Amino acid sequence: MGEDTDTRKINHSFLRDHSYVTEADIISTVEFNHTGELLATGDKGGRVVIFQREPESKNAPHSQGEYDVYSTFQSHEPEFDYLKSLEIEEKINKIKWLPQQNAAHSLLSTNDKTIKLWKITERDKRPEGYNLKDEEGKLKDLSTVTSLQVPVLKPMDLMVEVSPRRVFANGHTYHINSISVNSDCETYMSADDLRINLWHLAITDRSFNIVDIKPANMEDLTEVITASEFHPHHCNLFVYSSSKGSLRLCDMRAAALCDKHSKLFEEPEDPSNRSFFSEIISSVSDVKFSHSGRYMLTRDYLTVKVWDLNMEARPVETYQVHDYLRSKLCSLYENDCIFDKFECAWNGSDSVIMTGAYNNFFRMFDRNTKRDVTLEASRESSKPRAVLKPRRVCVGGKRRRDDISVDSLDFTKKILHTAWHPAENIIAIAATNNLYIFQDKVNSEMH
Amino acid sequence: MMLSKGLKRKREEEEEEKEALAVDAWWLDPSHPAVAQAPPAVASSSLFDLSVLKLRHSLRQSEPDLRHLVLVVNTLRRIQASMAPAAALPPVPSPPAAPGVADPLLASSDAALSASMASLLEDLSHIEGLSQAPQPLADEGPPGRPTGGAPPGLGALDLLGPATGCLLDDGLEGLFEDIDTSMYDSELWAPASEGLKPGPEGGPGKEEAPELDEAELDYLMDVLVGTQALERPPGLGR
Repeated sequence: MGEDTDTRKINHSFLRDHSYVTEADIISTVEFNHTGELLATGDKGGRVVIFQREPESKNAPHSQGEYDVYSTFQSHEPEFDYLKSLEIEEKINKIKWLPQQNAAHSLLSTNDKTIKLWKITERDKRPEGYNLKDEEGKLKDLSTVTSLQVPVLKPMDLMVEVSPRRVFANGHTYHINSISVNSDCETYMSADDLRINLWHLAITDRSFNIVDIKPANMEDLTEVITASEFHPHHCNLFVYSSSKGSLRLCDMRAAALCDKHSKLFEEPEDPSNRSFFSEIISSVSDVKFSHSGRYMLTRDYLTVKVWDLNMEARPVETYQVHDYLRSKLCSLYENDCIFDKFECAWNGSDSVIMTGAYNNFFRMFDRNTKRDVTLEASRESSKPRAVLKPRRVCVGGKRRRDDISVDSLDFTKKILHTAWHPAENIIAIAATNNLYIFQDKVNSEMH
Repeated sequence: MMLSKGLKRKREEEEEEKEALAVDAWWLDPSHPAVAQAPPAVASSSLFDLSVLKLRHSLRQSEPDLRHLVLVVNTLRRIQASMAPAAALPPVPSPPAAPGVADPLLASSDAALSASMASLLEDLSHIEGLSQAPQPLADEGPPGRPTGGAPPGLGALDLLGPATGCLLDDGLEGLFEDIDTSMYDSELWAPASEGLKPGPEGGPGKEEAPELDEAELDYLMDVLVGTQALERPPGLGR
């Protein structure tokens, strides 16, 4: 890991700090909208919090473009499935924004079983001067009304209203792990462990099953779907990843049921690294198309890989996230950390990729310079307006003063969810119940 | 009415299981040869035990995390295959991972284990089969919301208290006609009052080879308690 890492000058601000930790506050997903103006987070308690970027003001240059809370609402509640005697968790697994088509913003949020479409609107004017009602809304005594007046719109304090527009229920037997809005802006897909469904945004009482990998005999089950995404430009293409580390690119024009993939992306197992845990660590936890649509980014337990859509045999780039864990796999299997699902993200120009790790560390890899950096998201090591200091994990050998040794890593502090602003160098990092937003104030050459 | 196992219960059981393992954690030592990530010539039997425990734990969840389950099962199969490659049995489709120590004791116990793993997953199949029934997936876009937000059985289970009108008109028999109650027979989803089952599943509910269940249960119990002498490679011991 680089001694000569780029010291990126990053200023940052703190938001949504909680002084206590409750399970319900654990952030479970983070997502910027298409312009980056809004940032949504979902948590284990079923709530969604939306942040809005303040417009840059000449008067206060230091607070340029900071994110403030815009709206908070309860998206999902815990449910009880009476027939199966099961509790359905309200935890928000994923949020995806719809492209904005009018003044309102819309997003999809999902828990294990049900997807909901929420519409977010602003109200900053209020009609005043009704003829039949007074200011409190009480009916006027008609005898006092002598003339007609036209109600006028007067400005009021901004009110953000959120309403559920659609509820897409009963589409999934297994747990939903991902949703993805199609570039046609009319359909979206939802994937669970064994099936992927295609929905129309306006129709809630039916969906089309487009992938089904459930074996006739559950005994023969050896592989599950772990993530899926639509291609950013081609509305007929989508990809889904599996627990065996493979990616399948499917074309919806080829067949109604896309069980047969158009392309299968799989890297052969490295014989020198073979272990009982090979399959577990090869399980893909996240897949993201690049903004260009030419590449895919996958995250497995120890690496992030860049795949070229034109090459199925192996990834074009592989980056080690925390290879020092390779000798600890047995312990990580015992404490279940080996099953943690980390997400990954591209920057706006597809030149830098980012992913989280343990000890509240997150990693960035510059695809052009091949440099990487480890940074930490924590209150102790970050003060507002300070510059983030690169961190280093030492594995024995020469140890520098601020290095962390592998054995003192805190495996309960995992950065599973990260997001990158679609255009600028602004990143959102979820560290358990805290959200960190880091902004790059200096035009660095890492664009 | 059956109560879901829920997270609370899971934590309690996890404590018990962790205690069982905590006694002897030699295999956690990263420098231990059995733990080092060398090509899996010989599997650590404690790794095997750990995997079996994880599998049991996973299956006892009210709604198992399929990904976790599948990964543990596949890992268990790898370990099993490397422990006794000669005893490659039909229920374990994966070929032996590497030539291992042929052990007659392991070979015979493998039969029971393979069968138990196969039946574990088959139980899962029964459960999943049930869950299919009231929740038709729109494979070809069936018209209308199938269940109107709640399975048809909800009215019945909700108690025949508030007059549900037409639901009761058919009589009680009619209500339960379309509900597959095999879930209620399966011990895997037994209510809490029945207590902890020592084996991964078991009990009178299974039609297939009930006597095999007893053998599996006993075997697994013995393995976990440690009275069963699973042959361990020399040099590695408790």
